[in-house]
Amino acid sequence: MRRLLLALALCLGASSSTAEEVVLGLSSDTVSINTNFDGSEILIFGAVKRDAPFPADPQMHVIVTVSGPSEPAVVRRKEKKFGIWVNTDSVEIDSAPSFYAVSTSTMLGMSLSETEDVRHKISIPRAIRSVDAPDNITDSETFTDALIRIKTASEQYQLNEGTVSVDEQTLFRTSIDLPAALTEGDYETRIFLTRAGAVVAQYETSIYVRKVGMERWLFTLSREQSFLYGLMSLAIAIFAGWGASAIFGLLRR
Amino acid sequence: MQIYLPIAEVSVNAFLLLGLGGIVGILSGMFGVGGGFLMTPLLFFIGIPPAVAVATEANQIVASSFSGVLAHFKRKTVDLRMGTVLLIGGLIGAALGVYVFNILKAQGQVDLLVKLCYVVFLGVIGGLMFFESLNAIRNVKKGKAPKRKKHNWIHGLPFKMRFRVSGLYISVIPPLIVGVAVGVLAAIMGVGGGFIMVPAMIYLLGMPTKVVVGTSLFQIIFVTAFTTMLHATTNYTVDIVLAVLLLVGGVVGAQIGTRIGVKMKAEQLRILLAIMVLAVCGKLALELLLQPAELYSIAAGGH
Repeated sequence: MRRLLLALALCLGASSSTAEEVVLGLSSDTVSINTNFDGSEILIFGAVKRDAPFPADPQMHVIVTVSGPSEPAVVRRKEKKFGIWVNTDSVEIDSAPSFYAVSTSTMLGMSLSETEDVRHKISIPRAIRSVDAPDNITDSETFTDALIRIKTASEQYQLNEGTVSVDEQTLFRTSIDLPAALTEGDYETRIFLTRAGAVVAQYETSIYVRKVGMERWLFTLSREQSFLYGLMSLAIAIFAGWGASAIFGLLRR
Repeated sequence: MQIYLPIAEVSVNAFLLLGLGGIVGILSGMFGVGGGFLMTPLLFFIGIPPAVAVATEANQIVASSFSGVLAHFKRKTVDLRMGTVLLIGGLIGAALGVYVFNILKAQGQVDLLVKLCYVVFLGVIGGLMFFESLNAIRNVKKGKAPKRKKHNWIHGLPFKMRFRVSGLYISVIPPLIVGVAVGVLAAIMGVGGGFIMVPAMIYLLGMPTKVVVGTSLFQIIFVTAFTTMLHATTNYTVDIVLAVLLLVGGVVGAQIGTRIGVKMKAEQLRILLAIMVLAVCGKLALELLLQPAELYSIAAGGH
């Protein structure tokens, strides 16, 4: 009896995240970039493991985020001065992911409250960290907006609402398109289960994006043996120049 | 056919690059310009990061210039002596230019300065060449003999040297100064400098147009080879896959261009180069004057 009470107390007292747990599968946890790499699609699927029967209400929603390696960036704004367009104001973004995709089972605003978004940094604007704007710039958020706008246009940033399908409140799956212009690194993948706007369970894993084969070899050579790499580039250039000249010389005869 | 570039980290169409290389190669062989001032903006346009575009372009110019200069060697239209004098000046100038570039970079606005430099130089050079060649063509039609070898103050300078291929007997000071000036500009603007060198050789040094092309290509090989090594070892921005795609088109184009150039009259060659220079100038000027579609731009880095 005491044990039962203790269990009950634990259930009530502890955060509900212990009650529901994510079990995840990936179509592949590595993305290989070879010479004819032209973008890739990753299938993310999983199930919700529960200790007790799930409550029917409020409904469960699933949010999946995939985030590429973060790096600092500078956003510049052009202004017309003396009749020509020049870069004037600039804002430094401390850290912006090179790639960021948010996929949800319903509208993001419905499945996530503002405070939970701030805590877990889920939506695209929250994933970008910008701390200090210069004093002379009062509208620093327009610079962040511009960064998101430009990156969204090139599919580096994606907000895919309603693309996570959830079956029987238990099974979920989605696919994420990785663009052709992809940088190397560990792509942090997070899955959030939410109820009534609050995160009730979360799971993290990584997708490894790596160059392979000739791409790998050339990239490593260019960093570690840069002098040799430069000489090799020149040798190829000279040889190609000579080759074309020789072939054209033969053709004329 | 899409190909992923290992250093640029973007995927591009291989045939598009072959075609671009070919077109720029033809121009290179015809006019003795490296073509960097045309190719670099084109590479920006198809989404290659600027730093990679500038560095890789230098490597491609080595190939197309080498291909072009071999064709000129066969015709004996390379003035090796003049080329060497210009090259010495050019390397001194390039070193000076890198120094100036770093000072300007520290003060910001280097992009604007480069663009303004382009517009002013391309505009002045293109305009002068255009009207001069137009007059030359008119004179030829009227039957007047073109006057060459004017005697002016340049011929009064000391350290005279005989440049047999160019048919000149002048002081080495003017070619050295031209070399240094072009070297400085080339380093600041990130190009081989052929489009400034060629008009300077024709109008300031009085060299025959046919010899100018080969000699310019000769010295461009060395300047761009130097630039390639500099970029490869300090910035790691030379993309060898991109370079190969561009240079395969480029070397073939250079061979074709050289043959077209030989068949054309000197005045026609000059007026075409002038039109091309003015077109690039006009495009850059419009970029500065018209409101861009996106006012914001992203650059990597920060502190």
